[in-house]
Amino acid sequence: MDGALRQDFINIVKDFTSMASIYLSDDVEKAIRTIAEEETFPMAKTMYDCILKDLSLAAELHRPICQDTGVIQYFADVGTGFPYMDDIGDVLRTAAIAATLETPLRPNVVEPLGEHNTGNNAGYGAPYIEYDLVPNSTDLRLRMYMAGGGCSLPGRSKVLMPLEGVEGVKNFVYRTIVDWGVNACPPLCIGIGLGTCAATSAMLSKKALLRPIGTHSEYPEVAKLEDEIRDGLNSIGIAPLGFGGSRSVLSVNIEAAAHHPATLGVGITTGCWATRRGEIVIHKDLSYDIISHTRSMEA
Amino acid sequence: MKKILTTPISYDQIKDLNIGDTVYLTGILATCRDSGHRRVVKEGRLPERTSLKEGAIFHAGPIVGKDENGKQYMVSIGPTTSRRMESAEAEFIEKTGIRLVIGKGGMVDKTAAACREFGAIHCAYPGGCAVVAAQEVEEITDVEWMDFGMPEAFWVMKVKEFGPLVVSIDTKGNNLFENNKKIYEERLKKLG
Repeated sequence: MDGALRQDFINIVKDFTSMASIYLSDDVEKAIRTIAEEETFPMAKTMYDCILKDLSLAAELHRPICQDTGVIQYFADVGTGFPYMDDIGDVLRTAAIAATLETPLRPNVVEPLGEHNTGNNAGYGAPYIEYDLVPNSTDLRLRMYMAGGGCSLPGRSKVLMPLEGVEGVKNFVYRTIVDWGVNACPPLCIGIGLGTCAATSAMLSKKALLRPIGTHSEYPEVAKLEDEIRDGLNSIGIAPLGFGGSRSVLSVNIEAAAHHPATLGVGITTGCWATRRGEIVIHKDLSYDIISHTRSMEA
Repeated sequence: MKKILTTPISYDQIKDLNIGDTVYLTGILATCRDSGHRRVVKEGRLPERTSLKEGAIFHAGPIVGKDENGKQYMVSIGPTTSRRMESAEAEFIEKTGIRLVIGKGGMVDKTAAACREFGAIHCAYPGGCAVVAAQEVEEITDVEWMDFGMPEAFWVMKVKEFGPLVVSIDTKGNNLFENNKKIYEERLKKLG
């Protein structure tokens, strides 16, 4: 790839990453403003006031909303006709480092076992990159997620006995959130995966979390379960921030896959009230469309 | 009217506070999280230049920037999960004589017992509100233990009306988040 073009590609991803640390995506921002407006508990209202003040100060001062800017994760849906396929990995890594130093983001990444902080959010296997191929496309659809510490802690995956059924799935989710959700900065975005084994259920739960708030599973029974679990979690009322109020979650998204009859895998991935994710489509001429945020990256 | 604690924090300033009360802090505040607690409790080392006696710590790992004059400032500093420090906090309170521990969410039995015994409180700062918190920091006055890296280092700062801080464990050992957990368990039972 030509040096100037490569630099353009890096800058697009760098600015996109940086932007998503400072501004919430449109769906998350709308959800947090709505829940804040509808809250009636006095202590909870004080907390939401602080959250909304934080959003406006972050925008005004151009600083990350939360100091924990996570470990950067990229999910790249690569069109088989995208001309720079060979460069994507290196470009994403370079962009993550540049975004870390320029924004600045918190250098979180520590090397496996030795715990040495690399100082720039790159390390062995970091930033985390996952690829999917998209046939008959010349675009790169890139989703970015900042996996914070507190909000990653509740994550788990388990294979249930099929006889435990939907009730087993619900109980697993409720138990996890009551035990671990309080410290994950609720109201939470919840991603649930239903599959065969622990690994695929976990992966599906991440996909669910990446799906915008307000979208539903295409599978009608699963979509119904999304609403049931959302209502169930809200009735526990751990938000905001564990102080307690009238809700617990911003969203419950489920991704399911047909599974083995002898297993019922369930995974859960949680995002905090400041779930920072973004979606951008980069075309083959390196023009781009930001999908997740209506704002432009220069602002 | 805002209830403001000032460092050094005397026992009198905190003894009548109850869980659920909201307070603010003015004075010196130092960050200390996993590695810092390990150093104090396991290695028996205290910070060299900052006394924690009647002081306050913040479970937090900040983003620190440099201004055009090369002076360090807080870009973004919100609380981290206090529960991670539970195994070390009681001994930390005993060894350092701190009165105020600020973090995210609650802590449990050992810390509550130490708060009762040594006259300290734990307060929760609203998680994620890191730019609000950074704006309440007037200046960074010192840093120790940079060998831990930026998030884990011991940052010393001057703060003004730092808060809202919600008292989660008071000097009587009452525990707001543990009480809340019982309420959530009751509601969970109704779902089953």
